Amino acid sequence: MNPVNYLYLAALLFTIGATGVLVRRNAIVLFMCVELMLNASNLALVTFSRLHGNLDGQVIAFFTMVVAAAEVVVGLAIIVSIFRTRHSASVDDANLMKL
Amino acid sequence: MTTAHLAAAVTGATSTGEAVQFWILAVVAVGGALGMVLMRKAVHSALCLAATMLALAVCYMAQGAVFLGVVQIVVYTGAIMMLFLFVVMLVGVTSADSLKETLRGQRWAAALCGTGFGVLLMAGIANARLRTFTGLAQANADGNVQGLARLVFTRYVWAFEVTGALLITAAVGAMVLTHRERTEERATQRELAARRVREGVQVTPLPAPGVYARHNAVDIPGMLPDGTTSDLTVNPTLRARGQIRDVSGDMLRRMEQLETSTADYLGRTPPPRRVAASARVPLAAGAGDEAGDAAREEARPETRSGARTEEAEQQ
Repeated sequence: MNPVNYLYLAALLFTIGATGVLVRRNAIVLFMCVELMLNASNLALVTFSRLHGNLDGQVIAFFTMVVAAAEVVVGLAIIVSIFRTRHSASVDDANLMKL
Repeated sequence: MTTAHLAAAVTGATSTGEAVQFWILAVVAVGGALGMVLMRKAVHSALCLAATMLALAVCYMAQGAVFLGVVQIVVYTGAIMMLFLFVVMLVGVTSADSLKETLRGQRWAAALCGTGFGVLLMAGIANARLRTFTGLAQANADGNVQGLARLVFTRYVWAFEVTGALLITAAVGAMVLTHRERTEERATQRELAARRVREGVQVTPLPAPGVYARHNAVDIPGMLPDGTTSDLTVNPTLRARGQIRDVSGDMLRRMEQLETSTADYLGRTPPPRRVAASARVPLAAGAGDEAGDAAREEARPETRSGARTEEAEQQ
């Protein structure tokens, strides 16, 4: 098996995540789809690191994880505040910039 | 291990064990991802995503990224998924997506776009792929963590410091977004008491649930002197959900059994059948308090008269 197969897996996961963002309307599930896309890109970065034999890809994947953690914290806080004012987590209901 | 990696580098293929592991984990990861998109409830989606993340963590470790594999488990499945589950519980576990399409044909268009995107991406990878690979044997010679640390604190030190600023900003942002300012003064105990007396609905505290010396769980209503249950003693939420256990009917039935067996033993005719008022007036889930109370008021005199006739018979 060639490690390129890991890249195909990452591409497939990224595609599933992107389709999920287009299809689903629950804001929490949308966030999970974004997380899946970030994970897929991390897998691709780790595989690149292995293919080329240096650790730069792994360092970038590490930074991606940190950014994902920060993004989740802020995003979930936004979802909670939207839920408080509108009593719904559906992205269809949040159609105004001002709450 | 090093020789194995070098051999792999020459042939451009990994070991058979890794191939087996890859195909099993790939199925798990893709299945979890599909489940996440297709499940209607957010909790199920979160669990599917956790499975995918665990599979990916093992993939990282198999590829020589041991540190990232551990970080994936600790940060993603540990912290981030817990945060997700926390928010899911806050928003409501039972909430499911409605299946009604607000835009006609949006799902099919999305599926088409996704398929096209995936085909393009995979075709690009297939076109640009390397026939051989270097492997991490050389880069991981001092240990994976040491190698990563050397890079983070030399070439990427600026990005690392900016990351610190980002995390601080995220923490402050989360606090600002979820903080709620109190707009009016908090009512004191004196004001609450005055309001209760002014309204005059229920001046005393509500009666406690349960039947003393038998049950005192919160889902068991307390009993009035005539054996019926009092709706005031249980939480309105439990009442609305219909999650109330009623022991009064049970107790009356047992008492009736006892009386019947006593009458059998003594050779008398058994006393007339007594039905618990609470059995006739069920604590309906949707019924309002007033309706339930009124129904009980209707039911109670019958019970009393029934008890009186019994007493008369015994005399």
